[in-house]
Amino acid sequence: MSEATQPFLLELGVEEIPHWMIVPALGEFERLFRETMAQNQLETGAVRVDGTPRRLVLRAEALEIRQADREELVMGPPKAAGEGAAQGFARKNNCAPADLLTEATPKGEYYAIRRKIEGRESREILAGALPGLITKIPWPKAMYWTGRDGVRFIRPIRWIAALLGEQIVEFELAGVKSGANSRGHRRLGADEIVFDHATYEERLEKNGVILSAEKRRKRIQDGIKKLLRGKGLKLIPDAALLEDIVYLTEFPTPIFGSFREEFLELPQEVLSTVMRHHQRYFTLQREDGSMAPHFIAVMNLKADRKGYVQKGNERVLEARFNDARFFWQSDLKRKLAERVADLAHVTFQAKLGSYLEKTERVKARARAIAASLGHPAEAVERAAELAKADLTTDMVKELTELQGVMGGLYAREQGEPEAVWRAIYEHYLPQSMDDPIPATQEGRILSLADKLDTLESCFSVGMAPTGSKDPFALRRAAQGAVKLLVEGKMRLPLEGLAGELREFLLERARYYFKEIRGLAYDEINAVLAAQPSDMVDAEARLFALKLVRQTENFEPLAASFKRIRNILKQAAFEGGELNPELLEAGPERELYEEASRVLASVEQHRRSDDYMQSLAIIATLRPAVDRFFDAVLVNAPDEAVRRNRLALLDRLYRQVSSIADFSEIVTSSTTE
Amino acid sequence: MDSYQETIFKLKRFWAKQGCVIQEPYDVEVGAGTMCPETFLRVLGPKPYKVAYVQPSRRPADGRYGENPNRLYKHAQLQVILKPAPANVMDLYLESLEAIGIKLDQHDLKFEEDNWESPTLGAWGIGWQVMLDGLEITQFTYFQQCGGVDLDLAPAELTYGLERLVAFLQDRKSVYDIEWVEGVSYRDVRFLDEQQFSVYNFEKADVGMLWKLLDLHEAEAQRLVNEYNASGTDKSRFPLLAAYDHVLKCSHNFNLLDARGAISVTERVGVIGRVRKLAVGVAAAWCDQERILSGEVAA
Repeated sequence: MSEATQPFLLELGVEEIPHWMIVPALGEFERLFRETMAQNQLETGAVRVDGTPRRLVLRAEALEIRQADREELVMGPPKAAGEGAAQGFARKNNCAPADLLTEATPKGEYYAIRRKIEGRESREILAGALPGLITKIPWPKAMYWTGRDGVRFIRPIRWIAALLGEQIVEFELAGVKSGANSRGHRRLGADEIVFDHATYEERLEKNGVILSAEKRRKRIQDGIKKLLRGKGLKLIPDAALLEDIVYLTEFPTPIFGSFREEFLELPQEVLSTVMRHHQRYFTLQREDGSMAPHFIAVMNLKADRKGYVQKGNERVLEARFNDARFFWQSDLKRKLAERVADLAHVTFQAKLGSYLEKTERVKARARAIAASLGHPAEAVERAAELAKADLTTDMVKELTELQGVMGGLYAREQGEPEAVWRAIYEHYLPQSMDDPIPATQEGRILSLADKLDTLESCFSVGMAPTGSKDPFALRRAAQGAVKLLVEGKMRLPLEGLAGELREFLLERARYYFKEIRGLAYDEINAVLAAQPSDMVDAEARLFALKLVRQTENFEPLAASFKRIRNILKQAAFEGGELNPELLEAGPERELYEEASRVLASVEQHRRSDDYMQSLAIIATLRPAVDRFFDAVLVNAPDEAVRRNRLALLDRLYRQVSSIADFSEIVTSSTTE
Repeated sequence: MDSYQETIFKLKRFWAKQGCVIQEPYDVEVGAGTMCPETFLRVLGPKPYKVAYVQPSRRPADGRYGENPNRLYKHAQLQVILKPAPANVMDLYLESLEAIGIKLDQHDLKFEEDNWESPTLGAWGIGWQVMLDGLEITQFTYFQQCGGVDLDLAPAELTYGLERLVAFLQDRKSVYDIEWVEGVSYRDVRFLDEQQFSVYNFEKADVGMLWKLLDLHEAEAQRLVNEYNASGTDKSRFPLLAAYDHVLKCSHNFNLLDARGAISVTERVGVIGRVRKLAVGVAAAWCDQERILSGEVAA
């Protein structure tokens, strides 16, 4: 590494970038920069990226100011080609024939020259590389603004500051020339900010921009604490909202606001959704845990001196609550049951018809699931009938994320029994792997019926997800179904489902057991290969396998089973009767007897689904199996004996594999 | 405090100073200012254009009989098109807010991602909703595509929701309480309009007739587009603007049928597709005619 380094700073000034894209973009920005510098043999020192809605900033602490000089060997013609060729090669490379070297290669001796390559200036390398690097940052949805063939980026780039040491790295991108100046906050700062590397953050802050996300987060948190001091109110934490606001602002300042007590009569779900999702306010609790008629908004401003911002936000909230109250009251005038027919006008999916049709299908499926679980069908069916009716209410049209929840609340107000309204209320759960499953059995059955219907009908018209394309969030639906089946202990066989869908669910089950439950992939493979009857059964087997695996006999036995599988495969064994008469005394007969004893005992434990005992007993087969392989040659010269031995192994393998296919277990002693 | 109309005057004057043509509202029913030919057709092709106009926008399904303080069957938009978008378009927009008396150092302004898309027009763009103290006051869009055509110059479209904005400026809880001009409220001017059209749109519109109108306007628009495409000469004076009026009529009749609950799910997708086909047909023909008119290709 050369001695001379300088700090490098690149600031891209962009019109407001969508908040959720900033962090991923910074990661890519840094990766592309490191890659480019490595390709150019330049050390960078520590690299740091920062972002606000209006700027993406990359800083390298100690960038080498030029590449090291290096030597390059240029190969010429083979020596055998003669003098003429040598002279030509020398001429082409501007050197005297006498300066040519001879290089020995495996193909013979060759003429060559050693050429010194002077390292290039970093400033020049950066100027050449940065336009391409910047436009390579990937975005979920890019745009053009200088014309149809112009540069594409997330939003228009309006200024670029690029400084290496004190010098500008000169380049142009989308008609913007790089320069030395930055810009401040739209309202709080200057349009031209002169800075140097040491004063950059400080100068920005003076101009209303807190560059570090960490500092913005802290300013919000401290500000909220200060606002709440002595008020007897508690913040309802919302980490996702906090992150949104950190990347929606350059200078965040929380303010306190209130609304009229009378709105607390509205369902809390509605108040909270309006405040958090639609207005991006934090909500507050009183000491008794009830919702407080106050909120915290975060401005992109230093102070609200005249109280205009508070007043404005309070007025907007009041208008929204007024709307919500109007919807709540007018929606209640028409019963959910009367609304069901209107679902004929609500599209589920263009190829799949209306929500009325979906409702009919979900109802039938919920009834069938309830029947196979031995659960009374009445409440489930009623809930399925009404579940989608809230899509026709003004409240859900306005606050779509409250679908289901509103249906449940309206059903409650309209006197539906608790089992019914709760099932409707919860039937979209779980929406993510962090969500709980519905608390009631009715809710679980309805949720499962709804998700399976969505999956099955989409699959039936060829809308299965492919690669990263999953516009109908079918993976999420399938994941939810798996979670419901396992955590809801719903013993439903997957057999009834079409092959493609069953595979899809099994794939999601693998994901769930591995990523969410932290189980080993080979254990999951072993259990699923044994085709458990349902997801609850699969979970029980996995649990047992995980524990038994830790006992000493297990892994060597698994290795032997892999060997058995290979032997059977190589012999292309297609089954056959085992004739005990043909068994040789000694390890062969002993294995037969031991296996018969063990399998009979396993059979008994399996009747009570005691997988732990079953597997533990299977593990005791190890010494007999080991002795068999030590002493017995499966490929006996006598064909009848050979077939009989294969039959013995086959029987053992099949019976043991009906719990978990041991040969799927990856062991350190596995030999293929 | 400025009246409703004074605020409109100020905005128009501001954009006039930026070199915009100040147009009058288009005289065919539209759901949004974007649908007026001054936007839909003018954003196509390579010719720069700057225009601003107030457009009453009819959304039959949003009617509330004049009973909801914030929802209207017909609301007014101030529509600004800057083609191409100047590099300081954001600053201009902020200045326009200052021009109607909003002191931006005393208010919280945020630009939140909100991309715009109209399947019926085959159009989409990238942009924001502009939030002022938590209230959405403007939709800011860089158009990327219109009538299925990638736009040569990505124009900026600013759409101010006038009732909302003025309710904010006048500190009114209901848009009906806005002072239109001294002594006359928004209610005085518009209440009957809201009430009667809600009654018509939701209860009385003749569904059979609406379907017939939709079919007639569709046929006429399609006939014109076909004729344009088939004609060898005389394309330069062909009435594509008339064809587009019929597309707008289709769209409005579709919205009426929708508000009346007369369109089934399967029909809905189909009708949107029919209107889009017309819009795309007119847009393609318009681009072709522009090239002829600019002398780029012979007529």
